[in-house]
Amino acid sequence: MSAAASLPTSRLAWVLDRLWHNRSARIGGGIIAIILLCAAFAPWIAPHDPMAIDTLRRLEPPSAEHWLGTDEVGRDLASRLIHGTRYFVLICLITTVIAGVIGTVLGLISGAGPLIADAVIMRFVDVLLAFPTILLVLAVIAILGPSLTTAMVAVGIGNIPGYARLVRSAALTIRREEYVEAARALGASELGIIFGTVLPNIVSPLVVYTSYAMPLAALAAAALSFLGLGAQPPAPEWGAMLVNARSFLFTAWWAVAAPGLAIFAAILGLNLLGNALRDVLDPRDA
Amino acid sequence: MGGYIARRILLVIPVVIGILLLTFMVRAVIPTDAVTAMYEGQITDQEAEATTALIRAKFHLDRPWYIQFGYYVRDVARGDLGESVRLRRPVSEEIGYRYLNTLWLTLSALAIGIGIGVPAGIIAAARKDTWMDVTAMTVGLLGISMPAFFFGLLLILVFAVWLQIVPVVPRGGAALLLPALTLGLIEAAPISRLARSGMIEMLRRDHIRAARARGMSEAAVIMRHALPGTLLGILTVVGLQFGQLLGGAFIIEVIFGWRGIGELAVKAIQWRDFALTQAIILVSAGSYVAINLAIDILYVWIDPRVDYTRA
Repeated sequence: MSAAASLPTSRLAWVLDRLWHNRSARIGGGIIAIILLCAAFAPWIAPHDPMAIDTLRRLEPPSAEHWLGTDEVGRDLASRLIHGTRYFVLICLITTVIAGVIGTVLGLISGAGPLIADAVIMRFVDVLLAFPTILLVLAVIAILGPSLTTAMVAVGIGNIPGYARLVRSAALTIRREEYVEAARALGASELGIIFGTVLPNIVSPLVVYTSYAMPLAALAAAALSFLGLGAQPPAPEWGAMLVNARSFLFTAWWAVAAPGLAIFAAILGLNLLGNALRDVLDPRDA
Repeated sequence: MGGYIARRILLVIPVVIGILLLTFMVRAVIPTDAVTAMYEGQITDQEAEATTALIRAKFHLDRPWYIQFGYYVRDVARGDLGESVRLRRPVSEEIGYRYLNTLWLTLSALAIGIGIGVPAGIIAAARKDTWMDVTAMTVGLLGISMPAFFFGLLLILVFAVWLQIVPVVPRGGAALLLPALTLGLIEAAPISRLARSGMIEMLRRDHIRAARARGMSEAAVIMRHALPGTLLGILTVVGLQFGQLLGGAFIIEVIFGWRGIGELAVKAIQWRDFALTQAIILVSAGSYVAINLAIDILYVWIDPRVDYTRA
């Protein structure tokens, strides 16, 4: 394991090879690949303008022209779902980058820096962890005001403590390893050791943790939009699409089913891919 | 053990200060203060200026933030959570009954989640790699991928509209049925996964192998030797799950119009009613901390073997 870890390129190839032969990774990867393709080429794939209102064709059931039907103001649901993939990808990336980068830096300083920094950071993390994520998120939204940006920042902040904890404990373990001792004996600076030696060796637990955190973050962001505290209608964000469609649950179930199933499928894809990644990277858990 | 409990209680102090600071910020950091929000557009400018200064002084808004924080802590200690700008009455009156409603919903959901999740996880572990295991885990995977708000809408559609088993707008005890079921079924998914992995780990232990070697039946091994240890692990998880449940409850309450604190919290943020928002977050975070503390102490009491020197 540590021999493979010191050869990042061959390890990446090994991981990809193992994933390719994993059924759960194939299904999950397939779903995510479709979402990424839709996000990249949305304007070319979508049959209609996702914002074009046609009040004469409100809440039409699925047909040849409107594959998934239309919503309460006659917008094409399929096109809105396709454009919605962009929000989904954006939310996954932003929340993970905020939580991952800040959490990792805090964890590294805490686990490999001066003791006083460790004490201060860990008390801060304890306080954040004492909040159920939803309350932390609501507090941030209450302070900054509801919008998609706020929702992403809030969910990102909500996930910082988990990353900080994980990286700290991994860094503490790795610092005791012989190769770190060796690097120190060779005259490497503390900063050099943290970023040059410790960081590359915690990539695998970071990926495993992200495989848990990312689907939860995406679900939370969608839920916030649904509550009117995230992306605001008429944006074709899946959670926000449900806000108005909800009132037509009894008459036009497809307007609810389309965005609901899209979120479900996307999260399922992330979870399937995450399960497979955990099997490959963290065999103890299998 | 006593030392551990004392240390654990001491650790709560910085957490409580942190919670107070964060909730204080909800009202302090906002661009418009409470006074402007209360009277905006209702009185003339001259009147406003004089009155605003008066009210600012009354609420200590003219003082530096740390003095304001001091007043805030004093008020909270007295049980005074402020007045809702929108509802025009003390926040504590409004929160009280809603808090009980949320508690009811959460506990019912937890009972459903444990009642389904724990047996499913144990059966899956005992019959590892059979169709039962695969089915339970597939359903579990679908469960953790399902957005709670969509699942709630689906249940309304199926039970109230298609099957017509429950009324669309139920009253009394029936009103609790669908929201508790939605939240409970969603929670059963992670609980079953944790019960399964805990049980699998337990079944690998030496005392289990010894019990099997003595010729004990598999059912007896699981019920008498593996289950007690696994339940302990589940208890911890349920404590952490409570925070998740609270988050889930917030959304479920909105969908089903259940008058709990979650539904109120969402409204409060949309109304920009900061005293209300602040109080809801404070009360919920406070109960979460208390529950976690209780579970940690319960844990020592149940399992004195655990090493508490590294608290």
